[in-house]
Amino acid sequence: MPTVASLAFTSVEPLSLESGQTLGPITLAYETYGSLNASHSNAILVCHALSGDAHAAFQHETDPTYMGWWDSFIGPGKALDTDHYYIICSNVIGGCKGSTGPASINPATGTAYGTTFPIITISDMVKAQKRLMDHLGISQLLMVIGGSMGGMQAMTWAIDFPDSVRSCVPIATTSKLSPQALAFDIVGQNAIMTNPEKGLPLARMIGHITYLSNESMALKFGRKLQEKTDYSYDFSTDFQIESYLKYQGEKFVDRFDANSYLYITKAIDYFDLSKKHGSLEQAFAHTQAKFLVSAISSDWLYQPHESREIVHALMRLNKPVTYIELDSPYGHDAFLMDNDKLAQAIPPFLESLQ
Amino acid sequence: MIQDDILLSHLLTLIPHRSRVLDLGCGDGHLLAQLKRLRQVEGYGIDKSFDNVLSCIRQGISVYQGNLNEGLSGIPDQSYDVVLLSQTLQEIRKPVFLLNEMLRVSKKVIVTFPNFGHWRLRSQIFFKGQTPTSETLPFDWYDTPNIRIITIKDFKKFCRHHGIQILEEHPLYPNPFGHLFPKSWSNLLCEKGLFVLMSDRTEGEF
Repeated sequence: MPTVASLAFTSVEPLSLESGQTLGPITLAYETYGSLNASHSNAILVCHALSGDAHAAFQHETDPTYMGWWDSFIGPGKALDTDHYYIICSNVIGGCKGSTGPASINPATGTAYGTTFPIITISDMVKAQKRLMDHLGISQLLMVIGGSMGGMQAMTWAIDFPDSVRSCVPIATTSKLSPQALAFDIVGQNAIMTNPEKGLPLARMIGHITYLSNESMALKFGRKLQEKTDYSYDFSTDFQIESYLKYQGEKFVDRFDANSYLYITKAIDYFDLSKKHGSLEQAFAHTQAKFLVSAISSDWLYQPHESREIVHALMRLNKPVTYIELDSPYGHDAFLMDNDKLAQAIPPFLESLQ
Repeated sequence: MIQDDILLSHLLTLIPHRSRVLDLGCGDGHLLAQLKRLRQVEGYGIDKSFDNVLSCIRQGISVYQGNLNEGLSGIPDQSYDVVLLSQTLQEIRKPVFLLNEMLRVSKKVIVTFPNFGHWRLRSQIFFKGQTPTSETLPFDWYDTPNIRIITIKDFKKFCRHHGIQILEEHPLYPNPFGHLFPKSWSNLLCEKGLFVLMSDRTEGEF
């Protein structure tokens, strides 16, 4: 199996952020799979979700067990076929996987930005990605695709750079967080602000609850006990779901920066296309892309009706849009795990663009 | 497929060039594809089946995966030139609700359905004593998606009772001899009914 290396692109010119502040120079960690054709017309940008990174597919050269987060979807003969398309994935700014974020050194002070890092938005992340595309010589992307926060970026690409996007595939996403989803984010942020070290695993545990459905938790764990036959009658780990969440929380600390979590969730919280553009119709009014929007039936974090709102706005504008509702019991997480149907839909959708 | 050709040729006379069309229960998208090719229409299909959605994607048709029993919320009033419900009415749980939704979103409503009043189906019940099947209605009683048994006569009565105005009725005879018979025989001779509707409320607008 081929391995991939992470690359880095640095842009010296400061990025003007939506908040009015500037950030620069910026570095973006990225990976590419497949080859760019002579006309530079087969490029697909994959946008990652909250805790994702640039390593979207294949084995990483530094560690053969480190597989890309969307390896089931990207590769030869897969939904995003690396034999035909040139796939790019970059870590968002604000992140902690090689792109400029709160853990990076602020060149002005010589120390890490920490919480002096400016607030970034989804549009800012996309603006930084646009620089990377310019650097790679790609003036128009055949597709921008992503789930969850990746879907927010995909839509933002189609809105902010309408001439640069031929198709847009937002998966299990929303044009703005529901108050309930916002509330879960806020609890996670509060946990981190109280104590970054202990708060981050808590925030991650809360996150994981929201990524699963009640049904998938019941299927996966039920009320089963963790390596015991009866309750321990103390506060040690009793339940499998408890053990799973603790494991996910603890594992996360090793690979994620608490400040990045704060900054990225803030960007998600601030994302609101209607607020920014006046209405969803106004947001999408100038888009040129063909849309393929999909939602997951059991996703209660980014619910299907939120995707349908996006689709209806596009339909009212008479824009080309297809909507798929993926029937899955696995909740929000299904976009990464239970995505066979989406994988079937992507190749013909890509062919229809030719 | 002769039946389909007859249906298509009638639909083509009813759908203006470059109109905005919504095809409810669009199936694999073949009708929309034809309308796009022959009438340059714009629009969307709606279907609940993923396999049908996939076929539509293959043909480059914009399609919305959804259940018509939930209505057409999100689609503004009078935002389409034509809304089609072709060979799907028999699967609809709340026909009154859906037809009113169609009349709400479109100036022109076209409904086609398999006619259970056709003589061949009647004779299957009469002579064989069995639930009829045909090319248009190939299913057995236990696996049919068709929860409504509709005849052309039933449909006309239904429209009268619900304040839905029938603008046009197009008898779809399976062969040219059908036209030799009076139009009132359509319920006996046509395998499909085709109606153009409008709401009494919007009378005179189209």
